[in-house]
Amino acid sequence: MDPHANVEVTVNGVRHRRAVEPRLLLSDFLRHELGLTGTHVGCEHGVCGACTVLLDGDAVRSCLMFAVQADGHDVTTVEGLSDGSGETLHPLQAAFREAHGLQCGFCTPGVLMTLVPFLREHPDPDERQIREALSGNLCRCTGYQNIVAAVRLACGAPSSPRA
Amino acid sequence: MRRSEDARLLTGRALFVDDVRLDGMLHVAFLRSQHAHARLTSVDASAARGRPGVVAVYTAADLGDYWRPGPLLVPPPPIAGLVFNPCTQVPLAKDKVRHVGEAVAMVVAESRYLAEDALDDIVVEAEPLPAVVDLEAALAPGTPRVHEHLPSNLAAHAVQRKGDYARAKARAHAIIKRRFRYDRGASAAIENRAVAAHWDQRAEELTVWDTTQAPIPIRNGLAQLLGLLESQVRVVAPYVGGGFGPKIMMFYPEEVLVPWAAMRLGRPVKWTEDRQENFFATTQERGQIHDAELAVAKDGTVLGVKDVFLHDTGAYDPYGLTVPINSQCTLLGPYDIPSYESEFTAVFTNKTIVTPVRGAGRQHGVFVIERLLDFAARELGIDRAEIRRRNLLRPDQFPFNNDILFQDSAPLTYDSGDYEPALDAALKAIDYGRFVREEQPRLRAAGRHVGIGVVCYVEGTGIGPYEGARVTVEPSGRVRLATGVGTQGQGHFTVFAQIVAEVLGVDAGEVHVVTGDTREFHWGTGTFASRGAVVAGSACHAAAVAVRAKVLDLASRELEAAAADLVLDGGRVHVRGDPGGGLALGALALKANPLRGAVRPGTEPGLEATAYFGPDRGSTANGVHAMVVEVDPETAQVEIKRYVVVHDCGRVINPMIVEGQIHGGVAHGIGNAFYEQLVYDEEGQLLNASFMDYLLPTATDVPNVETTHRETPSPLNPVGAKGVGEAGAIPTGALFAQAVEDALADTGVEIREIPLSPNRLFELMQEAR
Amino acid sequence: MKPAPFDYFTPATLDEALALLAEHGADAKPLAGGQSLIPAMNFRLARPAALVDLNRVGELSYIRSERDGRGGGATAIGAMTRQRAVERSELVARAAPLLAEAMPSIAHPQIRNRGTVGGSIAHADPSAELPAVMLALEARFRARSATGERSVPASEFFKGLLETALQPGELLVEIAVPPLLPRSGTAFLELARRHGDYALVGVAAVVTLDARGRCTAARITFLSVGDGPVLATEAGKTLAGQALSEELLRAAADAAATRDVDPPSDIHASAAYRRQLVAVLTRRALARAFERAEGNPS
Repeated sequence: MDPHANVEVTVNGVRHRRAVEPRLLLSDFLRHELGLTGTHVGCEHGVCGACTVLLDGDAVRSCLMFAVQADGHDVTTVEGLSDGSGETLHPLQAAFREAHGLQCGFCTPGVLMTLVPFLREHPDPDERQIREALSGNLCRCTGYQNIVAAVRLACGAPSSPRA
Repeated sequence: MRRSEDARLLTGRALFVDDVRLDGMLHVAFLRSQHAHARLTSVDASAARGRPGVVAVYTAADLGDYWRPGPLLVPPPPIAGLVFNPCTQVPLAKDKVRHVGEAVAMVVAESRYLAEDALDDIVVEAEPLPAVVDLEAALAPGTPRVHEHLPSNLAAHAVQRKGDYARAKARAHAIIKRRFRYDRGASAAIENRAVAAHWDQRAEELTVWDTTQAPIPIRNGLAQLLGLLESQVRVVAPYVGGGFGPKIMMFYPEEVLVPWAAMRLGRPVKWTEDRQENFFATTQERGQIHDAELAVAKDGTVLGVKDVFLHDTGAYDPYGLTVPINSQCTLLGPYDIPSYESEFTAVFTNKTIVTPVRGAGRQHGVFVIERLLDFAARELGIDRAEIRRRNLLRPDQFPFNNDILFQDSAPLTYDSGDYEPALDAALKAIDYGRFVREEQPRLRAAGRHVGIGVVCYVEGTGIGPYEGARVTVEPSGRVRLATGVGTQGQGHFTVFAQIVAEVLGVDAGEVHVVTGDTREFHWGTGTFASRGAVVAGSACHAAAVAVRAKVLDLASRELEAAAADLVLDGGRVHVRGDPGGGLALGALALKANPLRGAVRPGTEPGLEATAYFGPDRGSTANGVHAMVVEVDPETAQVEIKRYVVVHDCGRVINPMIVEGQIHGGVAHGIGNAFYEQLVYDEEGQLLNASFMDYLLPTATDVPNVETTHRETPSPLNPVGAKGVGEAGAIPTGALFAQAVEDALADTGVEIREIPLSPNRLFELMQEAR
Repeated sequence: MKPAPFDYFTPATLDEALALLAEHGADAKPLAGGQSLIPAMNFRLARPAALVDLNRVGELSYIRSERDGRGGGATAIGAMTRQRAVERSELVARAAPLLAEAMPSIAHPQIRNRGTVGGSIAHADPSAELPAVMLALEARFRARSATGERSVPASEFFKGLLETALQPGELLVEIAVPPLLPRSGTAFLELARRHGDYALVGVAAVVTLDARGRCTAARITFLSVGDGPVLATEAGKTLAGQALSEELLRAAADAAATRDVDPPSDIHASAAYRRQLVAVLTRRALARAFERAEGNPS
C-alpha cells in the first residue's frame, strides 16, 4: 500500500494539495508542510490548546487530527485572522495588545483561535463564561487575568470579530 | 504603553526555535532511560542505523573525546566549612543511567516521525539498581549511591550562622518547632525546549537557535567544546515561549549534541523536545524537608530561628547551591531576626536534575518562616498580622546586613525597603480588620468555612555579574539597541526601549531592540534571578547616557551652544527656548559619520556607545500577599475569593508589565500550592508525566489579582529598579496554607506541606479528627 | 510524540466501513473523533496497524426522535454525532436533560467539536461521563457488523476497563435513549480537579416519583469509581417507596459510598476520598433530581 495519501485542504482561503503520510498530524502539516508556524505545539496530547485551529469554523486541536482528515475541509489558523502584514490586527488581536493579554506569546495563537468562535456565539460574555471558554488553553505567563481583560475589551470594540 | 513585540506574536509571525526550517534539515529523537537507576551493559544501535530514513545514531561510545561531563555552572559561595561534591550531567549516559529520561542514544533522521520509529530498534541492556528516591533514606547507611565514586549521596553540606541562636533559645518565652515539606513541580513553559543548528561550511560559521535563557554563555561554551573561535559561533535565542528558570541550565545534553551532529553531518539538525521528554529531561525544582524552630519572646518578638533542611538536587548538581542558598537566605524575610542557624544537606537522588524554577528555593524559606510565625501567633494569642508587624525591619535599618552569604557570594544585605506601609496597604486592601472581626464570624455562624491569610516576603533580585548594551542612533533617526539577555515574555523589548527613549528624548516606538542574538551583542550572562530590568536595564541606561553625551557634544558644536543649554526632545536637539530650531538626531548621526574630513582625536564615528553595568550585590524587592478563601469541608475543594498583592520592586518602569509579571507569578504559585506536583514512585518513576495528570492551573482556577505598587528605589543602580519576575510565585504556598488553615480552624488542621490538593486536604482533615 | 505508521482507510458508507473492519480483523481500529485514540497514538501507547476512519460516514451522524417509529419515543443518536451537536441539541435538552446536563463536563469545546458520542461510549473509559449517563438512562446500543445487527442494553454493554460487549468487526452505530417516565427528575454532578478534567467522581441520577412524591424508581450511576460505570443498586433500594427527606438522602449516600462502590486509589484521589465524594455527590445529586421530579408532573 502506498504510504502516502493525498490531502487537499483550504487554509486561510488558500487551497493546498499535498501527498502525506496518513500519520502526519494536522499540526505538523500546517507548521512544517505549509510553513504556517503561527500554530504552536505544546503537548501533542490535546490538553494545552496551543495548537487550536478552526476546522470549518469550529475550534479543534490540530494535534489530535491527522492531516488527511482535513481533506476537503476548511482550516483557519492565526495567520488567517489578520491581513497577514501585521499592520491591521483583528479586533481581538488588537485587544490583546492593548490589555497586555500575552507575555511570551506562545499559547496566544491557540487562545485566539479558541476565542474567535466563542465570541461569535457569545458576543457579550460574562467573566465566568470567558474563563470557562479559556479553560482548555494553558497559559503559564499571564495568570489569565489580562486575557480576560482583553476579551472584555474586544467585546466593547466597535467592529465585531471576523472569521 | 503597548509592547512593541506583540504584533508579531499575535499574528503568528514571531520566530520560535521550532519554526526554523532550513533546506536538508534533519530531525532528532533521543532514546531515554526507562530506569531511574541502572547499570548499562550494552547499547546496540546497529538495527536503528539500518532503518530507511535514519542518517546517524550516536551512543556515548560514538562521541569519543567529545563525551565529557558538563561544566559546573555556578560555583558555590565561599561558605566556611562547606562540603560540595560537583557531579555534572553527561551528554549521553555511558556506564550508568541515573534518572528516568536520561538520554542514552541520539537518532538523526529525515523526519521526527522516522527518528521516533528508529528508537524502537535500539537494544539497551541494563541491570536495574535500587532507586534513590526518598530524601531521608538517601543518606541512610547502605543506601545505593547515585554516584559511586562518592562515599554517600551527600551532594553538599553548608552551615551559615548569624548571632547566637543557643542564647536566643535560652531566653525565649516559647520555642515553636515543626517539620515542613515542599515537593517537586515542573516549570512547564508551554513551549518545550528546542535546538536547531546549521554549520555553514563556506563561511565556517555555526549558527545555533536555542530556547535558552543564556545565549552568550552557550555560544562561549560551544566554541570551546567544538574548538571554534567564539566569533565562529552565533547563538540566537529568538522568541522563547516561557523560561521560568530551567531554560538557563547549560549545557543540556541536547545543546551539546545537536550542533556537534550538524557539523559532523554537514546538514542542519533540529531537535524539539516533546512534552513527555520535558517532564523527564528539563530540570525541576522544590523538593525540601525542613526541621525548623523559632525562638520567640512573649510579645511576639522573634529572637532567633534554627533550620536544618534536606534539599533534593536530583541526579546531578550542575547549578551548584543556588537553590538551597536561596532557601536559606530568603527565610529571614523582611524581619529583624537577630540570630539564625541554618544548616542544609543537598542530596543526590535518582530523579531529574534540580535547578532554579521561578522563585528558585525562595518559596521554601518564606514557607518556613511564615508558617512558624503563624504557629507562634496562635500559641501567644497574637494576631497574625500583628506578629509580623512587630518584627519588620524599620526604614532606618537599611542597608541591612544579615551577616550571611547570598548565592552571588556577596553578603546578604538588603539595599532599601519600607516594609510596614506595605503590610498596612495589604491589610487595607483586603479589609483585614473588618473581615476578621465581622465578616468571618458572621459567615462561620452560617456554617461557611472562610479564611484569610497575609504573608510578607523579600526577594533577592538583580544580581551580577553584569550585562551590557549598545545604543546606536541611525541616520534615519531611529535608535538601535542591542543587549545580550534573551527574553521569554517579560517585555524586555519594551522596557529597554523605554529606558533608552527617556534618556535620548525619543519616542519608545523609535527604539528598535535586539536581544538574545550573539551576533548583535556578545557580552553578558543571561535572564535569571529577576535581573533583566535591573542589570541589563541599567546597562541600556548607561549606554544611552553615553550616546546622549555624544549627541550633546556634537550638537553643541553644530549649534554653537553650550551643552548645558541643549534639550533632547521629540527626536531632536535644540537650544533651550528654541523648540522650533535645532537638529534632528538622524541628521546628527549623519554628521557624526562623515564621508570627508577626519574624525577628531578622542572622538569616535557615529552616535553609538556600548556600556556595561554590574552591581556589587543584588537588590531586595519585597511584598505582602493576602487572600481570602472558602473551603467546602465535605469535598475539600478550595475557592479563592480574593487575592491582594502589595509589591515593591523599586522604580516601576512599566506598570502594565510589572502587573503582568505578578499575575503570572501568582498563578504559578497557586499551581505549586494546590494543583501541581511531580509524583515519583519508589522506583523513581514519574507517575504523572503528561498535562492530563500534571495539573497546570487554568483560567477557572486562578483569581483576579488586585495589585498595589509601592516604590522604594534601589540605590544600587541608576534606574532604581528591583526585579519582579519571580515575586508573584514566592509567597503563594505560605499564604495558601495560612488561609486554608484559617478557613478550617474548627477542624484543627495544621498545614505543614506544599503542594496540597483536595485529596491531601481531605486526608489532613481526617487525621486531625 | 509522533504516532507510529498505519494503513488508513476512509470508507464513505457504513457498509464499506464494516467490510473493511471484517477484512482487517483485530489489526484495524475504527477512528471516530480520535480525541482519546490519537493522544494514545502520539504517546505510542496505541499502535493500530490500520485505521478505519468513520468521519466520512455521514449516515452515522444524526439526532432524532423515534416518537412515531419503532423506538417508542426514544431519542436516537448516531454514533458519529459530535458531542458538541448533542450539547447544542434542543431535542436532547428536552428529551434527555441528564445527557444535556452532562455534556459540558466532557473536556473542553475544542475536544467536543471532534469527539463523538459513540466513540466515547465504545472507548468505555471508566472516567468518561457518557457511559455512566447512558447506564443511568437505560440506553440501548445498536451494534452492527458485516454479518448482522443487535441491540445491547447499557447494563450489558460495559464489561470492564476499556472493554465492551462489542465483538471484533462490530461497530456501535446508534444510541437510543428511552424517554423519561412522568414525574421523573435527573441530575448530573461531578467533581474534577480542573474544569474539563476527568472527574475524581461523577454521579448521574434518575428518580421517578408517584403522585405523593414517593420514589417509585431510581437509578444512580457513578464514574471514576471502578473499571467502568457503576450502578448503585443498594442506594437505589434505600429510595424505593420513600419521600424526600434529609435522612433519606443521607441513607442513600451512605449506601452508595459503603456498599455500591469499591473505588480505586490513584495519584489524584485515594479510595477513602472517593468514597467521601460519592456520598457527598450522591446526596447533592439526589436532592436536585427529586426537586426536578417534583417540578415535572407531566
